[in-house]
This record gives sequence, C-alpha cells and structure tokens, in this order.
Amino acid sequence: MAKKIALLQGNEACAHGALYAGCNFFGGYPITPSTEVAEVMSGELPKVGGKFIQMEDEIGAMASIIGASLAGSKALTATSGPGVSLKQELIGYACIAEVPCVIINVMRGGPSTGMPTGPGQSDVMQARWGTHGDHAAIALCPSSCQEIFSETVRAFNLAEKYRMPVQVLFDEIVGHMRERIVFPEPGELEVIDRTAPSVPPEQYKPFDTSFGDVPPLAAFGSDYRFHVTGLNKAEDGFPTTKAELVDAEERRQIRKVEGAEARADIELNEEYMTEDAEVVIFAYGSTARSARYAVNELREQGIKAGLFRPITLWPFPEKRVAELGEQVKAMVVAEMNLGQMVFEVERIVKNTCKLGLVTRVDGDPLTPTQIIDQVKEVL
Amino acid sequence: MAERYELRFSGAGGQGLITAGIILAEAASIIEGRHAVQSQSYGPEARGGASKSEVIIGEAPIDYPKATIVDACLAMTQEAADKYAVGIKKGGVLLVDSDFVKNPPQGDYKIYSLPIMRTAKVDVGREIVANVIALGAMIALTDVVKRESGEQAVLAKVPEAFKDLNKKAYSLGFDKMKEVLAG
Amino acid sequence: MAYDYEKSIRPGKLPHIWCPGCGHGIVMKGLIRAMDTCGLEKNNTAIVSGIGCASRMPGYLDFNTLHTAHGRAAAFATGVKMAKPEMTVICCGGDGDGAAIGGNHFIHACRRNIDMTYVLLNNYIYGMTGGQFSSSTPPGHLASTTPYGNPDPAFDLAKLAIGAGATFVARTTAFHATQIDKLIVEGIKHKGMAVIEILDDCPTTYGRRNKFRSVVDMMKRLKDIAVPVTAAAKMTPEQLEGKTLTGVLHKEDRPEYCENYAKIIARVQGA
Repeated sequence: MAKKIALLQGNEACAHGALYAGCNFFGGYPITPSTEVAEVMSGELPKVGGKFIQMEDEIGAMASIIGASLAGSKALTATSGPGVSLKQELIGYACIAEVPCVIINVMRGGPSTGMPTGPGQSDVMQARWGTHGDHAAIALCPSSCQEIFSETVRAFNLAEKYRMPVQVLFDEIVGHMRERIVFPEPGELEVIDRTAPSVPPEQYKPFDTSFGDVPPLAAFGSDYRFHVTGLNKAEDGFPTTKAELVDAEERRQIRKVEGAEARADIELNEEYMTEDAEVVIFAYGSTARSARYAVNELREQGIKAGLFRPITLWPFPEKRVAELGEQVKAMVVAEMNLGQMVFEVERIVKNTCKLGLVTRVDGDPLTPTQIIDQVKEVL
Repeated sequence: MAERYELRFSGAGGQGLITAGIILAEAASIIEGRHAVQSQSYGPEARGGASKSEVIIGEAPIDYPKATIVDACLAMTQEAADKYAVGIKKGGVLLVDSDFVKNPPQGDYKIYSLPIMRTAKVDVGREIVANVIALGAMIALTDVVKRESGEQAVLAKVPEAFKDLNKKAYSLGFDKMKEVLAG
Repeated sequence: MAYDYEKSIRPGKLPHIWCPGCGHGIVMKGLIRAMDTCGLEKNNTAIVSGIGCASRMPGYLDFNTLHTAHGRAAAFATGVKMAKPEMTVICCGGDGDGAAIGGNHFIHACRRNIDMTYVLLNNYIYGMTGGQFSSSTPPGHLASTTPYGNPDPAFDLAKLAIGAGATFVARTTAFHATQIDKLIVEGIKHKGMAVIEILDDCPTTYGRRNKFRSVVDMMKRLKDIAVPVTAAAKMTPEQLEGKTLTGVLHKEDRPEYCENYAKIIARVQGA
C-alpha cells in the first residue's frame, strides 16, 4: 500500500509526529507562531482516546502535562519564546522530579513580545539555561517539515528514556512553511516508552538508582503509589537535606544526559561536504538550509566549504566540533540571533581554527549571500 | 546549485492567495512528485493588509525556503504590487489584476494583466474564486506544472459542492492567460 | 476504640513540620477520616499540593502524592484528573498558594467544574516564609511586610470559588473538627469542583503579631465568629457583623469537565 503523503506545515507535522510517538495528552495555551500544533492536537487526540486541554496560562499548561505524565500519559505542550519563559519554573520541576514530557518552542523574535510573526533562533541558550539551578538539558532542532515529524518522535523517545523534559526548537519559518511529508508506517520509526518498575510495589522507590542513572517510573493510579516533590529528594522520593544525598542526586541527573554513553545516544548531526572542507559553516534549523545553499554556491566558486548541522543542540556536540576544528582553516557560525551558539563553538575550537559569525535579527531569514560573504571574509 | 523556480502570489489578506500557493505546491510535490516549499508572510491582521505566499519548485530538495530572485510574481492589488513585486529576475514575469493595479512597478521583466476579480464576479459569479482564476493564469503563464496537475490539486482541495465552480474558475484563468500570451 | 490514623500515614514520616497550636494537623486528621469514610482506595487517589506549610500535608499521607510548585496544585491536579478521570483527586494548600500566586489556576479549575476536592487552609498569612501578608490577611492587621497595618482588602475565598463557578463550596474552621470531615466527605462525593475553606489562623506568624495571646484565644475566636448558614438566615445584619458563615455555602449541579470531554471522545469516535 502506498504511504500517506501530504503537504503539511512544520507545526502540523509536529503534531502528527507526536501522535505517531503515542502522545495522548496535550496541555497548551495559544501563542503565535505555534498554535497550529494545538489546533491539530485538539482535533486528533479525541479520535485516539487522548486528551486535549487548553489551560488558563502557560504555567498551567506545563503543570498539566507534568501531572498527566505522572498519571502515565505521554504529554506534549507547544509554545513560543514568551511562553517558554513562563514555563521555566515547571521545566525545572520536570527536571528535578524527572518527569518525561515534550515542549515545542516555535521560535520568534524577542525578547518579550518581540516579533510574534517573524522567525528567530534566539531561544537556544534559554533551552539550555532557562530554568534556575543546575540541570541537564536535551534540545532538538529540526530544519524541515519531515524532520520535525521524526524529531518530535525522537523527542518523546528521549523524554521517556531519560525521564526528563525534552525541548524541540524550530523557528517560525519551518513551523509555518509547507513541504511534502511522507508518513512513516507504524513500526518504521522506533517508539520508546518509559521503563516501568520491575520490583513489587512495596519495594518501589521512584528514584532508585540500582537500575542505572535513569530510575524506572511508575504511574499514579497503578499498583504503585509514590511521592513526588520539587525539593531535593532521596531515592524514596521524600525531601532530604543530607549533603551526600543531595550531591549524589544532582550529579546523577547531569550524568544521565552528559555521560559519554548518553551523549552518543542523544547527539545527532548532519554533515554535508565536510570530508575535504577547509571551511565549515555551523548552522542549525532553517538557517542550515541557507547554509547548504551557500555551500553549493561556494563549491562552484572553488571554495572547499562544508556544513555541520547539529540536530541535537543540547547536549552540545563537543567531540565532533573539536575534530572539525582540527581539520578546517575556519568555522563560520550562522544563526538568527546576535550570537549564542557561537559561544559554545568558540569554547571548543578557539585554539584550532579561525571563527566567523554571521547573524540576523530583523525578521527575515539569513540569506545564502550573507553567509557566503562572511565565509569569504573569514578566509 | 539545484534548479529552482520561484513564484510569489501577493494581494490583500483574505483573498485566498496563501491557499493558491498551497495548491500549486501540492500540484508540484504531491501530484507531480517533484519538490516544493510553500511559505507566507503573516501580519497581525487576519483580513486586509498586503499578504504574500511564496512557492519554490525544483527537481531536487529545496534548501533555502524563501524567494531569492523571483521568476514569476502575481499582484492582485496596488499595495501588494508596490510591496511585493520586487526582486523579480531579469526576463521574469509579473501578472497583475488590470482593474486594481493601475501602476505596476516597472523593471526588467514582462508585465501581463488580466481582470481577475472581474472575471470571478462576472463570468463565475463568485468573487471568492478569484484566487483559483489567478492560479490557473499563473500556471498558464509559467508552465511550472502541467495544466491537469493544477486542476487536480484544485479539485482535491475544495468540497464536492464547489468542484464545478472551481473547475470553471481554473479553466477560465488558464485559457484567458493563454489568449493573452497568444496575443 | 480510638480512630486509627496510622493506617493512612506513611511510616516514619512523622513528626510533621507544623508548629504547636497550628490547626493543620486537625485538618489533616479530618481529611484522613473523610477519605476513610468515602472508602477511597489509596492507589486510586492522588493528593496534590503547592508550596507552603499546608502543602506539606501530602508527604505524610500514604497515597499517590504530588508536592508541586508554588500555586500550581490545581493545574497539576487538572492534568492528573484529565489523564485518569477514574482517580479521586484532592488538592490541599494554603491561601497565598491557592488564591494569590495560584489564583488563576484555582479560579479556572472552579470554572471548568473539574471533579476534584480542594481543601483550602486559610491561615491568613504566608507562614513558611515568616509571616508576610497574604491576599486573605484582613485589612489593618499586622504582618512582617505590613508593619503599619495591612493596606490591602482581603479575598473572601469561598465567595471567590462560588463566583468562579465551583459547584460545591463550604467553609468551617479548625475549631469545628468534626465538621471538617463531614464537609470534605460531601466535597469528595460531589461530582465537580468542591472547595472547602477551613479557617485556621497561624499562631506563630499571624496570631502572635495580632494580639491573640494564646492558641486557646485563637481557637475561641474561630468558635465565636463561626455562624452556620442555617442560623444566619434568622439573624439581623447587625448580629452578623464580624461573623463568618460556615457549612455548605453553595451547591449546584452542572456538567463535570472530564465527563464532558469523555462525551466528546465518544462522539468523535462514534462518527
């Protein structure tokens, strides 16, 4: 049978990706340019017996998905920068209480109300450091409608596997543009569910590390009952201020994402013509599409250019960027902000190659020409 | 660089030009199996103002999703023409609604005009199909997709009760443009 | 034989954090008796709280318990209830938590008429942070941030709940210990949003500053100001001056949120 094909907006593709991943709860609040995600979910979820709720505000939306996830649902919310700012309080809660959930951020210009209908990429550091306190972060950044579908599926997988909030960031350009989507068949993409406890209920501890750095998670309303808090807690889930327990928990929660094995599992990059490249453009999201165009143009002009596109923004792909830094004469970061990921790139390559930066924040995308000019200037 | 053909549909918000762009992208990417990206500019207003929809069509995946040098542009209003009939490539084409765009911006491209709204009102009896007439005309003007592909995409988009109406609108737009081209 | 509270309390979690003379323990015992009377299954019950003294209550209780962030109990609870409508969901928390920082979630839970029971412990103050005035501190009273007397008017929390659409609203005080469980039982049995406000002055950071010499004085005050709604009907406005109505203040039948949503699912799937 022929696969289902449709011309979909990135936001619509995101909703369909979530449904493919088994999402059965959406809690949201309307905000441009993300509303199509909620609109599709409101129509589709009841069809599969799932739940859609439009909450009273962004914080409430985030609270509702954490509550639903603890009751065993695969939960999603979608918003934009101002909404993510409000959600930070409870993104931190989901981090410390280790509750799987997915947050979509369709990025617009900022700060504050900024440019609601214009694209931006200025929330990439917010995705890493937005909520207070030490915490790990996973953030994915697709650059096409098909990839929004598959990365939304992967976001759910990572949220469930690592028991934590995962953010998917794409900008207004990809969120609102339409491309052909080929719907994967069931089973074609991997779908991961959280590890349920294997011990009997009376022995269950919600933060039991004897199974590794990611403790199994039971659901409210099952045979297991447990306590969840935003306070620093011990393995049994109850608050503690014992120094050695707090320290061990904090470090484990970082290690479960930033340990070598986890990094290798979470990181995903695309490289284009980097094998013999003398200059590599570091670009992500829709900007990477301009960069790819620029690479082709530069190659035609005889300049050995390549593209490095992190699809996983966080954790940052330190190892591969370092290797490329050793290989190339220069790296050029292209981003729709005034320089954010460039600090990470600089941290890794500062002693190995030249570094250039091209930015844009006026509501129009970075053009291939702007990137080409910056590459030539750096070389 | 991959071959790409860039089209821009512009007019007043609410005239259905975003839909026209979507239908063209569907004709190219779903029906003809080629590659297409459709995007649009959003203003805060739901109706009125100038709006544009862009479609990039190519034989390979489209990287940069916005127009670079426009091959073909449609402008339904003077405001849209002034704002969006820019960046048209040398030898490109601009189609304007002859009743609403009295001063089309001049450039190194060919300008064509058709009474699109009037055709919708007088010949079809429904202003709402102006976008489909414009789509037919743009396809006739550019040959960017086959006539049948455009028609199939239009019919797939509209409810059963409006199929005949839209089929007529599409054919009128296509034929009137071909007449103009035949001189 | 004395009532066995321990069967509902998590082993090893007592003593609680509340000060001597605080009424929160009385309310917790009332909640335990009420849940018992309703025959709630521990695994099928979730108790959700925000932040503050009263919000520590779930930690002591042997149920599914969710100690959330400041003010967010009703919103988390909405997620739990929507995901598993077959569960009994109870919120507990204080006045500042529920009606100030969490006021928006609270009124919208009332508006939706989602089936949960919100036990709102009104101690007139932010106790855990040291006695700053809350949105229910009476005007003129002293708090650590109103050294010249509170300039703010106070919320009537029960009226707020009624106005926002809660379909069961009741009030009592920590003095009226046996009425606490009766009203919570009614609230749990009611299909829809039930709010039970329990007046429960903080002796440490509110009473002390406001010249209640002892906890006994505070309890006497609660006894004196409480007038059952039935009795109030026969009293003059002069007689009701300074009094607080107690008992079931409001009850109505209105479609419940999760049931409504279940109908949508059935309609969509049937179509």
